[in-house]
Amino acid sequence: MKSRFIPLLMTFIVFAAMYLFAYSRFSSFGSMRIVGNLLRDNAYWGIAAIGMTFVIISGGIDLSVGSVIAFTGVFCALMIGRNGWDPIPTFIVMLTIGTFFGATMGMLIHYFKIPPFIATLSGLFLARGMAYVLSTESIRIDHPFYESVSKLVYIFPDKGRFTFVAGAFLLVLFIGIFVAHFTRFGRNVYAMGGNPDAALLLGVPTGRTTVMIYALSSFLATFAGIVLSLSKQSGDSTIAVGLELDVIAAVVIGGTLLTGGVGYVIGTFIAVMTLGTIQTYLTLDGSLTPWWIKIVIGVLLFGFVGLQKLLSSRQGLRLFSFGRDRKELQQSA
Amino acid sequence: MTTNLQQMPPLLEVRGLTKMFPATIALSEVDFSLRAGDVHVLVGENGAGKSTLIKLITGVHRKDGGTILLEGKEIDPRSPRHAQELGISTVYQEVNLIPTLSVAENIFLGRQPMRWGMINMRAVERQAKQLLQDFNVDIDVTRNLSSYSVAIQQIVAIVRGVSLSVKVLILDEPTSSLDHQEVEMLFSVIRSLQERGIGIILITHFLDQVYAIANRVTVLRNGKKINEHLISELPRVQLITEMLGKELTQDTHSRDDTSTSKNTNRVPFLKVNGFARKGTIEPFDLEIRQGEIVGLAGLLGSGRTEVAHLIFGIKQNDSGEAYVHGKPTTIKSPRQAIRHGFGLCPEDRKVEGIIGDLSVRENIILALQAKMGWFNYLSRQKQNELANDMIKALSIATPNAEKPVKELSGGNQQKVILARWLISNPDFLILDEPTRGIDVGAHAEIIQIIKRLADEGKAMLIISSELAEIVAYSDRVMILRDRKKVRELEGDDVNENTIMHAIAAD
Ligand SMILES: Nc1ncnc2c1ncn2[C@@H]1O[C@H](COP(=O)(O)OP(=O)(O)OP(=O)(O)O)[C@@H](O)[C@H]1O
Ligand SMILES: [Mg+2]
Repeated sequence: MKSRFIPLLMTFIVFAAMYLFAYSRFSSFGSMRIVGNLLRDNAYWGIAAIGMTFVIISGGIDLSVGSVIAFTGVFCALMIGRNGWDPIPTFIVMLTIGTFFGATMGMLIHYFKIPPFIATLSGLFLARGMAYVLSTESIRIDHPFYESVSKLVYIFPDKGRFTFVAGAFLLVLFIGIFVAHFTRFGRNVYAMGGNPDAALLLGVPTGRTTVMIYALSSFLATFAGIVLSLSKQSGDSTIAVGLELDVIAAVVIGGTLLTGGVGYVIGTFIAVMTLGTIQTYLTLDGSLTPWWIKIVIGVLLFGFVGLQKLLSSRQGLRLFSFGRDRKELQQSA
Repeated sequence: MTTNLQQMPPLLEVRGLTKMFPATIALSEVDFSLRAGDVHVLVGENGAGKSTLIKLITGVHRKDGGTILLEGKEIDPRSPRHAQELGISTVYQEVNLIPTLSVAENIFLGRQPMRWGMINMRAVERQAKQLLQDFNVDIDVTRNLSSYSVAIQQIVAIVRGVSLSVKVLILDEPTSSLDHQEVEMLFSVIRSLQERGIGIILITHFLDQVYAIANRVTVLRNGKKINEHLISELPRVQLITEMLGKELTQDTHSRDDTSTSKNTNRVPFLKVNGFARKGTIEPFDLEIRQGEIVGLAGLLGSGRTEVAHLIFGIKQNDSGEAYVHGKPTTIKSPRQAIRHGFGLCPEDRKVEGIIGDLSVRENIILALQAKMGWFNYLSRQKQNELANDMIKALSIATPNAEKPVKELSGGNQQKVILARWLISNPDFLILDEPTRGIDVGAHAEIIQIIKRLADEGKAMLIISSELAEIVAYSDRVMILRDRKKVRELEGDDVNENTIMHAIAAD
């Protein structure tokens, strides 16, 4: 077992434990109905979390995702619900705006050396402010397109529903894994997080990569906003306040190092599903308020950051013990 | 110079290259040319501008003046990546790879073999393994780089450098953390690259290596080019004189016998019996008296650093006992060691020592201040005094004590860390490779300081790969092989020949 897989394994163990516990209390967790709902209900923030995984692996942070989701929702609702735009062009325009927004933050971070925390914090205020400026009230969307999308489901034998939104989530997941591990961009993201100075010297185009990372995160946040708009069929400037923090928590619980360089998209997905499971369990149980989810997130986050510290210090210690490598060298000589 | 060589057009040519940093002219009007198939060595004192010249050629820094020509065409490298695309590839002074990626990925980052639009990870691993095997290094390339020693990391960096399709390969002090065998390995690869017509620029402070591999030498001093020579026409003394701008007062005699005999009457400062740690080092005895210098010799990986770490409490012994001033003592942490008056100047100063953003003065004072406690604040005047003394004593090339350490040249950063431990004034000082990356002039200086400290009554344990150096200052030498103490030499036995034999095998 390579030590870099340990956090991922822990993530999976936590998920399995939570899920089995939930299953032992409510046998419905064994049905496709719950699985389908888990995917559908957590799709929007799960998509944003996949974008955030790239950002954190690169050693950065993106605080603007919650606001971007809200802005997207309001923009779509306004354009489709009020101004009568067609949904597809609206989405394309919105995705373009979102990508551009993220790219701008990336440029501020790279070219003006503004810390990601600050650059994306201004992004947070900017996008939220714009959402409020567009509309302070919730706008409904009545459009045949939205109706047909909501009918686009695969029904399992046990009446479980695999919705369009769930499919979009899984698609983003697979593309995310592919990009992270099988493209040069993805490997450059890991390299930058591992050692930014070395990455530059090794010929990683750090400027372009930084811009692309934040553009990707905002693109996915925008996409998350569209997904949310599709399932809620409305837009509201007050939603997803503080969502970025849940997203960051999921990425960390998914085994990504906050210091950058190490992390897995699949881990983030598992963490999102873990938190989703707990949420569903709390709702079904009813005896505890749903706010317990926050406490669970706190505890898990604490546990995972502790684990990371432990592992990184062990790795640090290994730097001192040259013994094994030496032996390997001599054997080969 | 043969006419034949002059007629060959230079592969890389630099004319009037100039670089200014705030308060420093790092390079001024330097001309340099490299021919295909040449190994051209750059030499000069710490801070002479060698790394700066390299960084201008490879686009890390932008030049303030001058021209760079590659195969007769002017180039203006904007970034290391751009330089790489032009065919100039570099292995830098500090290992500059990604610790969190696997060895294979480090070698192929940015140019992974692709298949169907995706990275072919299997090919990456197979080819990486193959490339390393060409160097006779057979390691698990899927493991993280950080799990390997500095030497192997350096080899990985070199393998990466040569596996690019290069015209010019630049190596900035690649050998400073390699042992004899590994240097030979590297040199054989350099020679084969040379035969392929690649031009190689090498920076090193080891004069033996200069004579072993170079065919051309350029000497830099204070940012200026002093001279260029064919190595065959350059006597060693002249080379050193050109580097330093003065003659070196050679002092490589062993310590006088009187001090050795004096030592036998002295009280032992530290004594360890059967110290050992499973899997790290086998049981060893060691006694160090006040005013005595014990050298620690052995190949890289023979357990030298581990002995230092065990004694200093970085790692804990699992058997054996220690006595300080004859009293049984446990040393379970560096804190305890420091309280007993120990000091350790570590091997990997980059990771374990330097704080780049702090000034030279602050870095120097750090250990002393920590020892005195933070409430017992050293006055600014005292700090300046100490720092300036050390800058003079070690001839650290810096305009003043307030310059951030990261802006110093590599060798001068080493000196700063050494200064830190020297002024913290411990009773017992462990130095792990104190002269690595340090130029000949300062080298002699540091050996002087080491001897002076011993004469003042300090006990010292010094690890070094340079036998001449060990012989120059050691009263006794402990030899390690394969994580075991194999011999201890004393008196007349302390000479290069005997040590060499003991290291190799008896
Ligand atoms: N980023 C920087 N900012 C300011 N000054 C710098 C910077 N980099 C180098 N210098 C200065 O330029 C001079 C030349 O440094 P350089 O690193 O080229 O020396 P070097 O010949 O490589 O020495 P060494 O043998 O110690 O590696 C030094 O005086 C150094 O302090
Ligand atoms: Mg240098």
